[in-house]
Amino acid sequence: MRYAYYPGCSLHATAREYDQSTREVCGALGIELVEIPDWGCCGATSAHSTSHLLSVALPARNLALAGSMGLDITVPCAACYQRLRYAQIELEQNEAVREKVARVTGTAYDSKVDVKSLLEVVVGLAPETLKSKIVRPLDALKAVCYYGCLLVRPPRVTGFDDPEDPQIMDNLLRTCGAGVLDWGYKTECCGASMGISNEEVTLKLVRDILRVAEKAGADCLVTACPLCQNNLDSRQTHVNRAFGASFEIPVLYFTQLIGLALGIEPGRLGFNSHFVPTDKILKLIT
Amino acid sequence: MPRIGVFVCWCGSNIGGVIDCPKLATDAVNLPGVVYSTEYKYMCSEPGQNSIIQAIRDHRLDRVVVASCSPRLHEETFRKTLARAGLNPYLLEMANIREHCTWVHNKEPEKAQAKSLALVSRAVAKANLLEPLFPSSIPMTKRCLVIGGGIAGIQTALDVADAGHEVILVEREPTIGGNMVKLDKTFPTLDCSACISTPKMVAVSTHPNITLYTYSEVAGVDGYIGNFEVTIRCKVSYVDHTKCTGCGDCQAKCPTKVSNEFNLGLDTRKAIYIPFPQAVPNKPVIDAANCRYFTTGKCKICQKICAAGAIDYEQQETIITEKVGAIVVATGYQLFDWAAAYGEYGYGRFPDVVTGMHFERLVNAAGPTGGKILRPSDQTEPKTVVFVKCVGSRDPAKGKEYCSRACCMYTAKHAHQVLEKVPGAKVYIFYIDVRTPGKAYEEFYQRTISDGAVYVRGRVSKIYQLGDKLVVRGSDTLLGRPVEVEADMVVLASAMVSSGGIEDVARMVSVQVDKDGWLQEAHPKLRPVETHTGGVFLAGTCQGPKDIPDTVAQASAAASKVSGLLFREELATDPMISTVNQAICTGCGLCVPVCPYQAVELKTITERIPGHAPRERTVASVNSGLCQGCGACNVACRPGAIQVKGFSNDELVAEVDAICL
Amino acid sequence: MHHVNLTAAADAKFQERLAKASGQDVKQCYQCGKCTAGCPIAYAMDEPPNRIMRMLQLGLKDEVLDSKAIWLCSTCATCTTRCPKNIDVAGVMDSLRVMAKQEGRTRALRSIDLFNDIFLGSVRKYGRVHEFGVGMGHNLRMGKLLKDVDIGTGLMTKGRMKLFPSKIKGQGEIARIFNEVYKLEEAE
Repeated sequence: MRYAYYPGCSLHATAREYDQSTREVCGALGIELVEIPDWGCCGATSAHSTSHLLSVALPARNLALAGSMGLDITVPCAACYQRLRYAQIELEQNEAVREKVARVTGTAYDSKVDVKSLLEVVVGLAPETLKSKIVRPLDALKAVCYYGCLLVRPPRVTGFDDPEDPQIMDNLLRTCGAGVLDWGYKTECCGASMGISNEEVTLKLVRDILRVAEKAGADCLVTACPLCQNNLDSRQTHVNRAFGASFEIPVLYFTQLIGLALGIEPGRLGFNSHFVPTDKILKLIT
Repeated sequence: MPRIGVFVCWCGSNIGGVIDCPKLATDAVNLPGVVYSTEYKYMCSEPGQNSIIQAIRDHRLDRVVVASCSPRLHEETFRKTLARAGLNPYLLEMANIREHCTWVHNKEPEKAQAKSLALVSRAVAKANLLEPLFPSSIPMTKRCLVIGGGIAGIQTALDVADAGHEVILVEREPTIGGNMVKLDKTFPTLDCSACISTPKMVAVSTHPNITLYTYSEVAGVDGYIGNFEVTIRCKVSYVDHTKCTGCGDCQAKCPTKVSNEFNLGLDTRKAIYIPFPQAVPNKPVIDAANCRYFTTGKCKICQKICAAGAIDYEQQETIITEKVGAIVVATGYQLFDWAAAYGEYGYGRFPDVVTGMHFERLVNAAGPTGGKILRPSDQTEPKTVVFVKCVGSRDPAKGKEYCSRACCMYTAKHAHQVLEKVPGAKVYIFYIDVRTPGKAYEEFYQRTISDGAVYVRGRVSKIYQLGDKLVVRGSDTLLGRPVEVEADMVVLASAMVSSGGIEDVARMVSVQVDKDGWLQEAHPKLRPVETHTGGVFLAGTCQGPKDIPDTVAQASAAASKVSGLLFREELATDPMISTVNQAICTGCGLCVPVCPYQAVELKTITERIPGHAPRERTVASVNSGLCQGCGACNVACRPGAIQVKGFSNDELVAEVDAICL
Repeated sequence: MHHVNLTAAADAKFQERLAKASGQDVKQCYQCGKCTAGCPIAYAMDEPPNRIMRMLQLGLKDEVLDSKAIWLCSTCATCTTRCPKNIDVAGVMDSLRVMAKQEGRTRALRSIDLFNDIFLGSVRKYGRVHEFGVGMGHNLRMGKLLKDVDIGTGLMTKGRMKLFPSKIKGQGEIARIFNEVYKLEEAE
């Protein structure tokens, strides 16, 4: 199984461990990732807040690059995933936009590539593929899966899981043996996009998520988005300061946990690069 | 050559305010066959009709064209006018220059004028070819079938039976009573639902004119108004109700417990069961899917204990046929399956998020908690209760676009009951609008507010479990802020939707199902209980959401329509139905499957041509009792042998030519 | 507060432009408030989403485009997902931000607009966003030099911070996209 791999800007910097763990896990599961050569930024929220055309044109270049590779794209970052999906749909359905994009990029878009989130790709494996390779089940772990916004919303664009009660990350971790808890904040926004520009708002949203996760009895939060992970992890001290709280909940990528279950060394999965220490998680599992 | 008169109606300013009616009348005189033309403010008024009669006499008119509103509104009116003038009433043709013209083109009066003339030309072209038509008569079977034994069916059955006609009442559940008998108190008077409905249930079972088939379903309907033949399938109860005394010993001793549907799963019942103590008939049925004997082959405790020897494991399904003259559909409603649609409210996985019907059972003295309001998860008394209205109603994205009409009032009643029964309770009601159009309804709503219920204007966006609380996140749009309530229990006013299986019933009685799944009445204002199929009537919520007062009123209305019909000895049929010209019919049979009323069949005739031996031939034949004149067969007929009287091919072609050539 | 003169204040051209840009018919909104109820940020907004929708129905252009709410919206699309009338509320918010930006009305919440400018500036210059540069740039321009310094240090020690940007080979193509988009939109 080969995919054109679009890591996105974060995975080359603040979310290096997501990139690492993604490559490790995909390698172990037989998913071949071919990084799109010379890919560019998807434009993120800033682009679609500024110009609709720009927000389609920037991903269009990446879609075209993948098109010339003849491969469908997989994207680990929820934000990049949603922007690439959105652009793909707009280019397919909106002729006027397609024409304009051709004008501004200088190439007519005729790519037929599909855009899939990394979660979708891993879930799409034959059920036994993952199960048969598990050497270190996550039995002792109680986790809550945090999907955030962009993996599931708007359903018109994403649409691979239920927007209100998504299950695919839950099921993946259950396959790995983890105890996955039901909780009410799976898809609440964490406000990552405003962390820099309006931290006060972000801190309240992060606090709410941590509070509900803690109340559910979770050892850790599991994400599939570099922005959510970084936001929920690195801002916990800020939350504690602002609200007089004492949260210390590790926030992990689903790929890191799957990697552990597959027996990959924690160091190769980036377990040493979190803000909230992950020792207690590792202790639970090893 | 016919002598046609054209009568242009102003309909006040509806038509007269857009086009120049006198000019239209003048232009109409030049159309072929027209010998007289005039206009008037209101042609349907008495002076208007009289002027038509006068003109028929003065100008020896033998065809009449009225250019006015839709024939759905006034065709009957003007046909009677013609009859009063001594003309065959079917020598009338209407041109609809209101709905089809001035209402929709009121911003382009010049084009409307031209279109009106085109519509009148069409009508005149057809009028030239009109033939007199004569209704025939069919006999009347003076019995009525009522499908569904909820309050609508009960009321209809009792009214028709009281009028002296025989009634067959069919109910698919083991007891009659429907949804109403599950309710606790009824708004706005707070009288006990069971207290007012169970006497009616008993009256049904004891009425000499009513034959009751419970645990039975209508399996087929043949025939037509006045002469229906109905097939009823009586499901197997494994209890001989002629022997059973209803003592209840079997139910007490049955070892198998299953979820009790009468209490919406809030408690359990036995595998042999009487749905509730006041059930009619008060006799048990065996739920074979869950019965230990039927699933394992061992048990038979009920049979051993039954002193009357009424348990019969070998009982077979029976099929009964009944002849009736009229049918009333009263199949009622069920609640929208909110748990399948509303993920934001938990998809039904939080036990303390319940529907209004669950609440009715919880607050009912005969219910699973003996009338104590206890939440399902831990049987504790909820101190903070949130009510959410419009769950599935007024929600085109997730449910139905319409308003379910009864929820505002029953939610107010629920709020009142919580505040009455739970000391110190807090009640929050999230709503979009509060709709109280009924006698003493608004007063009841205001009383609930005085009781202490807090109404919050905004839809709830999310409900989630946090510890043993349910967090309800809504907004107060009047305050302009998002709000949150930590509740112990949440009650959803889920939408009313039509009963499961309504499509099957609709198909059997040839009634249309509307876009929302309700049965279609013949006219929303003027024929609310009739359908487009003669002899088939609607009562209660099968036609659309209603509360109890409206349901009962409509049920009585249907009953009076039925009684009016059954008092007749015979029935005049609409002459505008299909007729077969057997001389050119090839017997291909294409018309048979297209008929939605099963009115066309093939038959064999013997043809005698002078000089030849008699020969047999297959041709189509139309049952004039069943045919509704829809014209489907006409379209399917290649040689043009089947034609609808009053809509012949020649007439239709003349109309098209008049407009297009 | 003063009376809103509904006839004088209604800006039909604005309503038309918005309908075209967003593809949404705000008249369909029946003010149930579910958008506000589910909005994670409504609590911090000067006008909650349902009021923005109401203002749009009335054509109150200035109030909407000068509101903080349109900038605070995080485009989480909870509103869009749950709107019973199938209105893409988040899409409307997006169109409003674009319109406000085009008219230079970004003062209501300067920090977010500034972030967008710096972010896109980084993308335009390098082809990919340089996260460290964007954070630093924003702090500098907002005069909050020490904001998130702990997070920055943490990222650095964990090897998750790229101090220097690197240009992609196709940077020229990306810059061209920016230039052409802005040229085209100005012409329109």
